[in-house]
Amino acid sequence: MTRYIRRIAAFFLLLLAALLVNSARIQLVEADSLDRNPANRRATVARYAEPRGPILVDGKAVTGSRDTRQPLRYERTYTQGPLYAPVTGYASQTYGTTLLENAEDALLSGTDPMLAPFPFWHEITRSRQPGGQVATTIKGAMQRAAYDGLAGRRGAVAAIEPFSGRILALVSSPSYDPGLLSGTGTAVTDAWTRLTGDSAQPMLDRAIRQTYPPGSAFKIVTAAAALDAGTVTDVAAPTDIEEPYVLPGTATVLPNEAEGCDRASLEYAIRWSCNSVMAGLGVRTGLTGMLDTARKFGFNDSGLRIPSGVAASHFDTEMSDDQLALSSIGQFDTRATPLQMAMVAAAVANGGELKYPYLVDRTLAADGRVVSRTGQRTYGRTMNPLTANRLRRMMIDTVEDGTATNAAIDGATVGGKTGTAQHGVGNSGLPYAWFIAWAQAGNSGRPAVAVAVVVEDAAADRADISGGGDAAPIARAVMEKALGR
Amino acid sequence: MTATTADPPPAPPVPRRRGVELALLVGAVLIAVLGYLAVGLGKHHALPPDAAVYGAGLGALALLAHLVVRLRAPYADPLLLPIAVLLNGLGLVLIYRLDLETPGDSAAPTQLVWSTLGAALFIAVVAFLPDHRVLQRYAYLSVATALVLLIVPIFFPAVNGAKIWIRFGGFSFQPGEFAKVLLAVFFAAYLATNRNALAYTGRRLWRRLPWLQLPTGRVLGPLVAIWLLSVVVLVLERDLGTSLLFFGLFVIMLYVATGRTGWIAVGLALAAVGAFAVGSLEPHVHSRVQDWLDPYASINAGRGPGQLAQSLFAFAAGGLTGTGLGLGHSILIGFAAKSDFILATAGEELGLVGLTAIFLLYALLVARGLRTGLSLRDPFGRLLAVGLSAILGLQVFVIAGGVMGLIPLTGMAMPFLAQGGSSVVTNWAIVALLMRLSDSARRPRPEPSRGAGAGLDGDGDDRHDNRTEAGS
Repeated sequence: MTRYIRRIAAFFLLLLAALLVNSARIQLVEADSLDRNPANRRATVARYAEPRGPILVDGKAVTGSRDTRQPLRYERTYTQGPLYAPVTGYASQTYGTTLLENAEDALLSGTDPMLAPFPFWHEITRSRQPGGQVATTIKGAMQRAAYDGLAGRRGAVAAIEPFSGRILALVSSPSYDPGLLSGTGTAVTDAWTRLTGDSAQPMLDRAIRQTYPPGSAFKIVTAAAALDAGTVTDVAAPTDIEEPYVLPGTATVLPNEAEGCDRASLEYAIRWSCNSVMAGLGVRTGLTGMLDTARKFGFNDSGLRIPSGVAASHFDTEMSDDQLALSSIGQFDTRATPLQMAMVAAAVANGGELKYPYLVDRTLAADGRVVSRTGQRTYGRTMNPLTANRLRRMMIDTVEDGTATNAAIDGATVGGKTGTAQHGVGNSGLPYAWFIAWAQAGNSGRPAVAVAVVVEDAAADRADISGGGDAAPIARAVMEKALGR
Repeated sequence: MTATTADPPPAPPVPRRRGVELALLVGAVLIAVLGYLAVGLGKHHALPPDAAVYGAGLGALALLAHLVVRLRAPYADPLLLPIAVLLNGLGLVLIYRLDLETPGDSAAPTQLVWSTLGAALFIAVVAFLPDHRVLQRYAYLSVATALVLLIVPIFFPAVNGAKIWIRFGGFSFQPGEFAKVLLAVFFAAYLATNRNALAYTGRRLWRRLPWLQLPTGRVLGPLVAIWLLSVVVLVLERDLGTSLLFFGLFVIMLYVATGRTGWIAVGLALAAVGAFAVGSLEPHVHSRVQDWLDPYASINAGRGPGQLAQSLFAFAAGGLTGTGLGLGHSILIGFAAKSDFILATAGEELGLVGLTAIFLLYALLVARGLRTGLSLRDPFGRLLAVGLSAILGLQVFVIAGGVMGLIPLTGMAMPFLAQGGSSVVTNWAIVALLMRLSDSARRPRPEPSRGAGAGLDGDGDDRHDNRTEAGS
């Protein structure tokens, strides 16, 4: 029997070898591919095992974390969700991340190598750091003023500090509570279905992800192009552009809303928003000159990041003269995000130098150590300083005695431009009310804020929709907060 | 120990190694208690409040078992008890750790109660079973009890598709677990008595193949009948893991008793036919075979990972050194995480290093059992030792291979490690019997009285055995 028992022992030795080889195969050779299998929830579990770092406004957290005691342990909470949704985006265990939550995800979730106390710390310890903090450039009071000003109407507000590029307010309305999407389960999927199916598109970030025809607000760009190109040398001198203006090569007449636009000066055309003069000047400046200036302001730039991606604003690169005429007054295919139009106002206010807009002031580790600081960057010089000076004057005139008197603030210098954009097939849609402006405190050497407001209020009476009536009061409220009032 | 001369010289004292056993026991209890503390630290960053009680309980049990061994089986193998305590303690730690993930369903206290019962049974066997050969007398009682135990669950409702449980009060147990020990006793007794007839009589089927020789039906008949009956009952109860185990046990014991390689060939052929038939006809088994062939099929079909895929993910997450106790996520495996798939938790949290250690502990247990079989002189004892070791070894391979995708999954309990009362108690009984057997094997023999008995059992094969042992 001994021989046979020995053989049985050898047989069990063989089985042991098979087990050991097999476990080495799984745990060493195939481990990486199994770890990376998308169905393996371990990476997700690890991701939510620690509280996510906060996003700060005015140094205070506007996000939090809730311990659910579930496998995906910590869920994101938002203290004023709808107000800051266009800034933060959402961080959902079911639907991923958007906007700042997405752009700064590595830092917030603690995987950013910059959070580690030493280089290669993660590689050695296989550990995560506590989530870092993202301090935004947003001013809470301005954000609140913009949000309250829109009062649930469809629209958006973007405000920039002209000399630095810091984004001070970024509001989209109607908004939603990103906290509804934080976790998992049917409550979250139901909220998602409801939000994505809502015709008011509450999850659309209108301030940076939606483009609108800018209408008359675009006339600032046209004026800058005309002045820089030498099409106009004296802003007060009458032009020879007659009213009614017929689009070149067509029999179509371009109507004016304003009085006295026949052969009006550029100054007058801006103040009273004359379509005929600005269309004619755009055509005279030519496609190359117009396109060149539009690009300097940021149109056709699909790479703009704040750090969330900004939808590219659009100015056609190939157009006939009649199309160019329409484009010069912000119609035809011309489209702009509210942030883009705030950049136009900011460039004028800042003497023609456009700063790159940014939303993250600095990032911090959990213990408050600064991880990175966003430096100011110049986007480009949009126009001559002299041109900028003339445009500033014209925008001030528009507020003091023009279409934008609703934006005036006592004791401050305010420049603005209204816009009412037609859209839809045959202009059948309700027009969008635009207002772009900047404001400078009386005792200050430089403008405090540039702002763009768009209101697309489907419920309003068509005749009531105008940049001066609907959008300018919102802009004024935002600028007052920027001036500290 | 070839003390066959009439005038024995003063034999050197046989080392009992009880001190070694005690030291190893202290180590085993210490490892389990430290593991318990590690779970608390890993999971809650705090020491579990009841660690002292837990450690004291486990230590007291181990100490009591050790004292009984000292008194009643002083020559027993010093490794068996510490390995059993270590595996049982490790199992309790893993179950306690998984309990933390399922707040409504804690299994560790129940497992502790069953472990205590198991240890009590161990003590009882070691204390009150004077000699393993007593069991040989009860061979037919054993097989009758085994068959009754196997058949009874048919009258109880099925749980998770298998009718292998008996429930009364709050407790439930699997009689099939006890049946395997009783069946091993019967096989050992029957084969010890009839192995010559099985090995040397009968017809050769084909002249060219001398190893293919069928014994007479009169000898083989009852054996095959009982084995077939139990396997058929188990198949009816859908306990395919245990039927596979019985099959392997039968083939191994028959081979050791007769030395006929033909049995292995016939056994493998039968197993292949049976496995193919069950695998293609029985839907439950069929799905498991499918799972084994492609563990990721349900993922690719968009239905998320199945249990086997989750188990593989757990092993992979462990890597070389593991995530640390309490820091893995093997609970993702689902409802069988504490029972069938407990090894995945070991693989994830202790890593390849810990898993290898566990496999080596089992291997050592099996090796010491087979070693006992080699050292014993009576055929019954040898066959029983081999059978009990084979039960442990086969079970470990089948369940470990199953949860790691090496072979199709069959529902079985990892000895000592997995949640399951009847399993723990049975494994303690197996270790107790091995202790008793090893005590006989290593005890210095009072020669004159034993010589006659050995002569009765003796035959050509045994004499051959003695030669080999003298040579080794």
